[in-house]
Amino acid sequence: MTEEGVMLPFSAADMTVEADYRDWIALLKPRVLTLVVFTGMIGLIVAPGHLNWVLAFTAILCITVAAGACGAINMWYDRDIDAVMRRTRNRPIPAGRIEPGPALGFGVTLAVGSVLLMGLAVNIPAALILALSICFYVFVYTVWLKRRTPQNIVIGGAAGAFPPVIGWAAVTGSVDLIPLVLFGIVFIWTPPHFWSLALWANDDYRRAGVPMLPVVAGARETRRQILLYSLLLVPLTLVPFGMGFSGTPYGIAAGILGAVFLQRVYGVMTDRQDEAGVSLTGDLPAKRAFKYSVLYLFLLFGALAVDRVVW
Amino acid sequence: MAQERDTSVLAPVPDRSADAARRRRGRSWAILIVLFGLCLLFYAITIVKMAHF
Repeated sequence: MTEEGVMLPFSAADMTVEADYRDWIALLKPRVLTLVVFTGMIGLIVAPGHLNWVLAFTAILCITVAAGACGAINMWYDRDIDAVMRRTRNRPIPAGRIEPGPALGFGVTLAVGSVLLMGLAVNIPAALILALSICFYVFVYTVWLKRRTPQNIVIGGAAGAFPPVIGWAAVTGSVDLIPLVLFGIVFIWTPPHFWSLALWANDDYRRAGVPMLPVVAGARETRRQILLYSLLLVPLTLVPFGMGFSGTPYGIAAGILGAVFLQRVYGVMTDRQDEAGVSLTGDLPAKRAFKYSVLYLFLLFGALAVDRVVW
Repeated sequence: MAQERDTSVLAPVPDRSADAARRRRGRSWAILIVLFGLCLLFYAITIVKMAHF
């Protein structure tokens, strides 16, 4: 769609196509939401104390809506680079189904609404952390880091690590060491997760001018960084067990899941490569590692919740 | 002398098809469901909060 439609020759692209409700849902990046909702729920479940189920539902809803709002604002800001990346060019804004202005308004309204509702219905500390996470994602990650530094997802990954802390704060009204460990786990998990994706979506990021690590430092260095962060991640996942916050079942689960994670990363490291480090297998091990990293976080946090609730 | 444009050729064509009507109907239903859900949620929150006093 164009603001100067009457000045341009007619073409199919000029057709006023009204957005479907699914386009508005797509603005919220629903696939990303599942992980955010899940980790937020885990923070809520493992926290000591009790929260009425209506308020617990409200807290999760606020976390979900806030994360969706971040997605919408991110899509508004990144509409230029989304249009040139294969993976993102069919999103509602670059595809012309939703105008940028309404998308921004939608995101900001949801962001403000979620923080207000969290503050009024649940508690102020949870609302403040929620507001902080939104600001971090929008201003620090999207606006400041994403287009400037290959460390974008290392620092920006903190935005995605807030949900378990918010879930915990919703129950307790404060922040303890354990939610910070959960924050740390998601924080350290994010770089190997995203860099595995970036290895095989490298061309897209290069075309869009996004300085992801494989674009700036090459595939070989990216693989090395994936390994380093994974080696940090696995011991960190054992900290809740070491601190006595969880029982042996979680410790065993974390150990096994971590071993498989490292095995997948080893596959990425030993992938057949050319002299420049570019994969000769279509980055198959990186794709496998990416998929497993999502499952890993689900299973790890699920194991922690089951351990806390059942044992 | 400025030439007049033939806007019937140049103007964007609004999508007035049955598909557009279906999309609009879907969006209206979605808004209705969200509003109804919010009413229920606010009612439930109020009841829970009142129970604390």
